[in-house]
Amino acid sequence: MLKAMLGEAWLAMGANRLRTALTMLGMVIGVGAVVIMMAIGQGAQYAVQQTISTMGSNLYIVLSGSFTTSGVRSGSAGGPTLNVADADAISELDGVTNVAPTHQGTRQLVYGSQNWSSTVVGTTPSYLEARAWSIVNGAGFGDSDVRSSTRVAIIGKTVAENLFGADDPVGKTMRIQQNPFIVIGVLGSKGQNLDGRDQDDTVIIPLTTAQRKVFGTPFLGSVRMIMVQAESADAMAKVESGMTALLRQRHRLREGMPDDFFMRNLSAAAESEAATTRTMSILLGAIASISLLVGGIGIMNIMLVSVTERTREIGIRMAIGARQKDILSQFLLEAVMISFAGCLLGLVLGLGIALGINAFTGMVIVISGSAALVAFAVAATVGIFFGWYPARKAARLDPIEALRYQ
Amino acid sequence: MTDAVIRVVGLGKSYETAAGLFPALKGVDLAIQPGEYLAIMGPSGSGKSTFMNLLGCLDTPTVGDYFLAGENVAHMDKDALAILRNRTLGFVFQGFNLLPRMSLQDNVALPLVYAGFDKETRRAKARELLGKVGLSQYADSLPNRISGGQQQRVAIARALVNEPRLILADEPTGNLDSHTSEEIMKLFDELNREGITIVLVTHEQDIAEHAKRQVKFLDGQVVSDHLTERQGLPC
Repeated sequence: MLKAMLGEAWLAMGANRLRTALTMLGMVIGVGAVVIMMAIGQGAQYAVQQTISTMGSNLYIVLSGSFTTSGVRSGSAGGPTLNVADADAISELDGVTNVAPTHQGTRQLVYGSQNWSSTVVGTTPSYLEARAWSIVNGAGFGDSDVRSSTRVAIIGKTVAENLFGADDPVGKTMRIQQNPFIVIGVLGSKGQNLDGRDQDDTVIIPLTTAQRKVFGTPFLGSVRMIMVQAESADAMAKVESGMTALLRQRHRLREGMPDDFFMRNLSAAAESEAATTRTMSILLGAIASISLLVGGIGIMNIMLVSVTERTREIGIRMAIGARQKDILSQFLLEAVMISFAGCLLGLVLGLGIALGINAFTGMVIVISGSAALVAFAVAATVGIFFGWYPARKAARLDPIEALRYQ
Repeated sequence: MTDAVIRVVGLGKSYETAAGLFPALKGVDLAIQPGEYLAIMGPSGSGKSTFMNLLGCLDTPTVGDYFLAGENVAHMDKDALAILRNRTLGFVFQGFNLLPRMSLQDNVALPLVYAGFDKETRRAKARELLGKVGLSQYADSLPNRISGGQQQRVAIARALVNEPRLILADEPTGNLDSHTSEEIMKLFDELNREGITIVLVTHEQDIAEHAKRQVKFLDGQVVSDHLTERQGLPC
């Protein structure tokens, strides 16, 4: 029975090929648009997630805060209100896994005849752990290097390429501010951060060396920034309130006095960025779905025309014993077949265009099976939904009237 | 009387019109026995088409009872009527009413699709019936490839394919020339000789002469019901 009906639906579709093709085109464009938009949206989400994962997870940065001297207020990180002892105290807090006091600035690097300006970060070994940053060539420095202010440096990929070119940087000596530093390691690549800055354009040296030899701080032991990593996303709120209480106590701030430090939740910023892309991706999908809806209305339109045109045929079928549900399923099947065929073509077209976009613009696209499945399910639903009304109209025809129809 | 293929008792049908209720059929009583060959006659507006639609289970009566093969079908629902049309009745129309996109074989087999037979059975039965009406060679052709008379033969094959209790033919020769009409009528005559019950609607006396019994309608009532005096004579 079903096979016979499929054959008949096929015949009916073939009876007016141009019309069937044009009806299908609506579905092709609809499904194609959904597939492309989902691919681009998910691609953007993927790109953001990649960036976030390079930043490190559950991170806080604590910046030394503004202070007021004779009514003049400095901005954030304006004064030396944080120090290494604060960092040590924070590391004792419950839920904190890594604490890295840092001091950074831009300095000119020189190696042989080459020179390059880069961000120099003075910090402790915890910094690399907090940011989940691995060393691909050579080794890192240890706490003993920080204690004895050794002149060793770990460089990012961009620095290695620009300063050393084809040479292996490990073991070579470069100069920062006239001070020779031995390159002991090269960092793995992290790419751009959320602001679009190149994270690989950096040099990491022991904190004490940076303070004494590179930046020359007036208050020994003071730092501009402390990076703090919580053990989990759930622990972040606890760590934040713990740090605030601890720092206020250590800085002897009385009730009512403002904090002399700033705390930023990097993960929260990243999450909001991810949420933005997710929203964008949903929006794109929703807009594309509208074209699917329009395609569905096209199917309904043509099915209604088809029912009217074939009124006599319906009458004949009823006279020789077709029940209402036979007629209903016949027209429904036709609508679903058009919808499905359009969907298949749309999938192929959408995938082709998405891959083309990727090939020509380098935009990240993600093609997921679930997106294709969703498009397919929607197409079937659209076919049934918009095929239902015309099919029911056909099934409810009065056989006598239908037979008399010319 | 219980053996009758068709027995109608006080069958009436009224239509709603702008001028009020219009009685198209006013209390008809009629019985048709198995193997009968009956012609229903009457001018247009006499109620014969309404009667035919009721006999064909395409419509339900306003009043009265209709026993088809012993079963009262007067108040059955649409799907039950569809099953009756499929299993118990065979239709032959004035306009042949073959489906234009289907091969003749598929046209003949269509009632079997709705009866739920498998493909092989459908094929075999359709072939057999096409052979019976002498059109086996056109089995895979489309209806527009053959003449009107041949199309009507195919329609008769389609009406017979489900082995119905009776054949209802509504002006079966109305669209054919006299020579072809004669051929079609001979086919009906032959079928009746084989024992098939046939009810024929026509307004042509010479066509009606083929039947063994003639029922005349006027103003929604049966006005005459008599056996044909002479039969089997070519006109």
